[in-house]
Amino acid sequence: MTFGCSIAFLLSAALTVAGALAAALLKNLVHCALSLTVTFAGLALLYLQLDAQFAGFAQILVYIGAVAILVVFAILLTRGAGIPEYRGFSSSWLLGLIIAAAIFALFGWAVTKSLPAQITASAAPAITVQSIGAALMSSYVLPLEIVAVLLTVALIGAVIVAMPESRITKSETRTGGGQ
Amino acid sequence: MTPLAAYLIVAALVFAIGLAISLTRRNAILVLIGIELMLNAANLNLIAFWRFGPHSSGHGDGLTGMMFAIFSIAVAAAEAAVGLGLAIAYHRHAKTTDLDAMTRMKG
Repeated sequence: MTFGCSIAFLLSAALTVAGALAAALLKNLVHCALSLTVTFAGLALLYLQLDAQFAGFAQILVYIGAVAILVVFAILLTRGAGIPEYRGFSSSWLLGLIIAAAIFALFGWAVTKSLPAQITASAAPAITVQSIGAALMSSYVLPLEIVAVLLTVALIGAVIVAMPESRITKSETRTGGGQ
Repeated sequence: MTPLAAYLIVAALVFAIGLAISLTRRNAILVLIGIELMLNAANLNLIAFWRFGPHSSGHGDGLTGMMFAIFSIAVAAAEAAVGLGLAIAYHRHAKTTDLDAMTRMKG
């Protein structure tokens, strides 16, 4: 125990922050995407330590399994054409860094000053996947349906946005001719 | 047990790094990565407060914080799909994902 933190917490927090820093600083975009995956894995470990098993495994499935792969695909699809893939930092990087540091200082101040010290974790909650499923089907059924519609709309929209334009105009003229 | 403040500090650090990425990098995909990091930091906060808050006492079923995080993960996945689709579509037109060069969205 160091500063009241367990060793597992310190290791996964170090993994998370190191991955995020590497994503911020590395030059190769593919390396950035891979260190982002390390950050997602560290966050999943933190969720597991917080007894949120379902959220931890959902994090692994959704972020490591889908989002990281999607980012790698997007990086590989958008490079090339003779343009160097890495253009460095924007011209106002110092201002951005100052803003981020100020935000972190504000959050750190708020966390250390305003949190009552006597908050301690109660016993680990007895949350099973069955109870999560029952809650999703009863009290959270409306948000679940809205998220389902949102995911459908987002996926259809992403496909249409990324579709080659000649195919879109062709289908538009076809539907326009029918009207 | 690790105190709540340690989780909140880690989340603040990840949020600040994500903000720094989206403010300083010039590649559109890296800016999306920064936004994902910020959403993840918010999720960590939600789950930490859920774990340290009162479960199942009072009203509710003691699941609210985790449900919030799970829905947030779903919305973040949709955001990533649309954002990366936009980046790919822009790259097809202008052959660049450099944000300083992306000045117009009209095809």
